[in-house]
Amino acid sequence: MTLKQRVGKAIPLILLTILTIPVIVGYIWILISTFSQRTYGLIPVDHDGNFGGLTFENWSFLWNDPNIWNVTLNTLNLAVLLTVGVVLISAMAGYALSRISFPGRKVFLGGTLILHAFPSVTLLIAIYFVLRELGKIPVLGKGLPFIGGIGYNTVGGVALVMVALQLPLGIWLMKGFFDNVSWDMERAALIDGCSRLRVWWEIMLPSIKPGIAALSIFTFIGGWGAFLIPYTYIVDQEKSTISAYLRGLQGDTAPVNYSQIAAVGLFQLIPVLIFFIFTQEYLLSIFGGGRKGGT
Amino acid sequence: MAVSTSQVGRPAEPKTTVRDVLRRMSSPLLFMSPAVLLTTVFFFVPVIILFRISLTNMTTATGLKNYEMVGFENYLTILSHPNTRSNLLTTVKYVVFTLCFFNVGMALVMALLSTHVPRRAGFVYRALWLLPRLTPSVIYIMMWKYIGANPPYGILNRHILGPLGVAPADLISTQPFLFVVLTNGLIGASFGMIVFTSAIESIPQDYMIAALVDGCTLWQRIRHVILPMISWPLLFVTTYQTLSLLTSFEQIMLLTDGAHNTEVWALWAYHRALNNYWGNFQWGFGSALAMLLVAIGIVMSIIYMRFFRFDVLVQEPKIEAL
Repeated sequence: MTLKQRVGKAIPLILLTILTIPVIVGYIWILISTFSQRTYGLIPVDHDGNFGGLTFENWSFLWNDPNIWNVTLNTLNLAVLLTVGVVLISAMAGYALSRISFPGRKVFLGGTLILHAFPSVTLLIAIYFVLRELGKIPVLGKGLPFIGGIGYNTVGGVALVMVALQLPLGIWLMKGFFDNVSWDMERAALIDGCSRLRVWWEIMLPSIKPGIAALSIFTFIGGWGAFLIPYTYIVDQEKSTISAYLRGLQGDTAPVNYSQIAAVGLFQLIPVLIFFIFTQEYLLSIFGGGRKGGT
Repeated sequence: MAVSTSQVGRPAEPKTTVRDVLRRMSSPLLFMSPAVLLTTVFFFVPVIILFRISLTNMTTATGLKNYEMVGFENYLTILSHPNTRSNLLTTVKYVVFTLCFFNVGMALVMALLSTHVPRRAGFVYRALWLLPRLTPSVIYIMMWKYIGANPPYGILNRHILGPLGVAPADLISTQPFLFVVLTNGLIGASFGMIVFTSAIESIPQDYMIAALVDGCTLWQRIRHVILPMISWPLLFVTTYQTLSLLTSFEQIMLLTDGAHNTEVWALWAYHRALNNYWGNFQWGFGSALAMLLVAIGIVMSIIYMRFFRFDVLVQEPKIEAL
């Protein structure tokens, strides 16, 4: 390998590094800040402004505040419900839109695209009334264990709203992935008398695992970090999510303890990072597999 | 191949009974019904409710019962409102800058760069770019406020501008638009990056090897192999991100709350209808503002569909007759 080739290989890496610096600076500060009394720029200082002041005090919310575990469970609930709902429903609709001819198919595809134009801010007002109506349904409305129900002021209701709002994204993504799967295996299975449902479950879904993983990542992240919708539709503090809890920490009139909020933020970030790294490995390895039928 | 098998396999079907139709429609019904149901309940019904509210003078003062239908009065108010012009301009600037430089531009650059370095390194960089999206917005915006804060706290002032001799300032209030685009752009770029990366990695190796054997330069490979193969994801990301930028306001709300001339249209509607310091929520006026956003979104998505030859991309399925 000549020098020129080496330089050519290094250029993308150098560019990547330069472009990425602005992204990570804030996180370096968060890491330092959560273990410091306060910070000047990226330098940890104590209350007098001298270098030092390292502390674990900011993490005391973990054992001092019983609410944190409550809201963590709610957030996990919401994120899992959302992910399962979005992936399942968009994989079904995406398959039909990609492979089955039926009246209204084009309309629905174009409509899905346009649906996202509905600004969620406007829907916030109107969906409030819809959720109140759903809440009036006996049992299903607000009597379900664990998720509360599907009405106003329940985790299930918020999850349902968020599933609906994320469907345009999910359906389009899934349709795009289904379009790229070869027709041969599916055709063979259908000729052999396989039902559409079975083809979808046993042949198509395994073929688009990378797409499912990609959609799951985005949906789970969306649910785990969601702020505006849970904040709007869940009024009871014990039912709320971590983001709303964080907002509460800042909402007090007392001087804001940024180091402590950063610690809660890092706490919220850790499970997502683990989840993401795990799935990304899976995503990368799946491309090496020999599942392609013959494009 | 483009000929559908229904035309070939069933040239003359004497009569179509109701049972036949039901049997043929059963699988699309099964697959589509959950999506159709949710879309109806949480998109169409709310939009009808919204449109109705936009024709009323409903506010906190009138309550949910004692309002009156006022026709298109709210829309006329928007036309003559002193803030309309500046908020519209802010919105257009915000969408165009963020989309070009970050949500599509930077996303494509990151996807191309990170797929042309060793796999492990590409993974690390993509993971880092996903961080802004993973981060709860409250924390993320707090980070940016700290980056732009006054000395001795702010990172930019302390470590870059200070040593360069630039006068210290609260950068969020002196450069609000720059920070609005940066905060939203760094979040938005990761979406396109992931989608483009998946698409680039799905391109069969044969094409790349063939291009390499033919002696293609890097630019030729990008222009003639990669870009045509990822046209669907490009369409999707451009369209989706335009509309999502048009309606997004959460980060701006947390960063400036619309101060310093950063009140985008969606935030304006939100402030009027759900959150303002007068405490008198103008549901009617806010809904009218929002309905206009819906209209703009529909027009823009139709333009995009034409531009990307949507009709070609949604070609009819080939095996529907089986």
